[in-house]
Amino acid sequence: MTRIRAFAAFWYDFVIGDDWRVAAGVVIALAVTGAVSTTTTATWWIVPAAVAILLPWSLWRAVRPPRR
Amino acid sequence: MGAGVALFAAVFLACAVEAVEATTIVLAAGTARDWRSALTGVAAGLLVLAVVVAVLGPALTLIPLRGLRLAVGGLLLVFGLQWLRKAILRASGHKALHDEAAIYQKQLAGAQTAAREHRGAVADWYAFTLSFKGVVLEGLEVAFIALTFGSNQHDIPLAAIAAVSAVVVIAAAGAAIRAPLARVPENTLKFVVGILLTSFGAFWGAEGAGAHWPGSDAALLVLVPCVAVFAVGLVAALRTRSAAADRAPAGTTA
Repeated sequence: MTRIRAFAAFWYDFVIGDDWRVAAGVVIALAVTGAVSTTTTATWWIVPAAVAILLPWSLWRAVRPPRR
Repeated sequence: MGAGVALFAAVFLACAVEAVEATTIVLAAGTARDWRSALTGVAAGLLVLAVVVAVLGPALTLIPLRGLRLAVGGLLLVFGLQWLRKAILRASGHKALHDEAAIYQKQLAGAQTAAREHRGAVADWYAFTLSFKGVVLEGLEVAFIALTFGSNQHDIPLAAIAAVSAVVVIAAAGAAIRAPLARVPENTLKFVVGILLTSFGAFWGAEGAGAHWPGSDAALLVLVPCVAVFAVGLVAALRTRSAAADRAPAGTTA
């Protein structure tokens, strides 16, 4: 059980890393791109916009002082 | 031609960073313990990686390109943002810089105190496992980056050449100086690799999800510099924020 847990923890750390919200945000951005791509609207900007939001947000969470 | 150069550069740089980290671990295991066991660990690790690449490589070529770009682009983007996040935190002083010399000393100290154990054909099990783990863990990232970049650009051989070249160059440098490669600007390299992984991941991920980039592949020539400028801007913003927090009298910060 401990080995399975360690194996899962390794892959979680390898793929997801320190902030799962970034991974979740990427999945949402790709899903929105996929959904909107079925229309005639341009969708190439959605993922870069997500990066422009997710990266500063994650950094802000990392450097903000801990709550008391 | 341009895409080939970008592919080679991205894979070479990413793999060089991982190779520096693996070399540090192997050097510590070999210097403090037993070179023969450490090198056996390297060989065993490379064998495991070869099996992973042999299984995953052909499997990736069977997936339709759009699905591959969506899955691999998404993974690369998550991976790239992870690298870039750490690199920005390091560059702005919010996280300790990656210090290969300090890591080497720590590994060396740990290796010197561990008990010696003979198992099968391996004279020193600790040196073997330390090298094996280092090669497999760092090598998995090398294999992942080379396979994903190569399969997406339909040029796995070029990606493999870039990855092997990086590993050979770094391993040769490590073997020549028998010391941690502290002079390699690893923090800068990680910053650059984070930018490349994020840019390529965003490009392929969006394309796999159905987006059409203006200018097709040429969009990467705009995307990579934009991500770079954005990342440098974030470093500057975080530095300014820290400096302002340092200047503010205690109790006045939000």
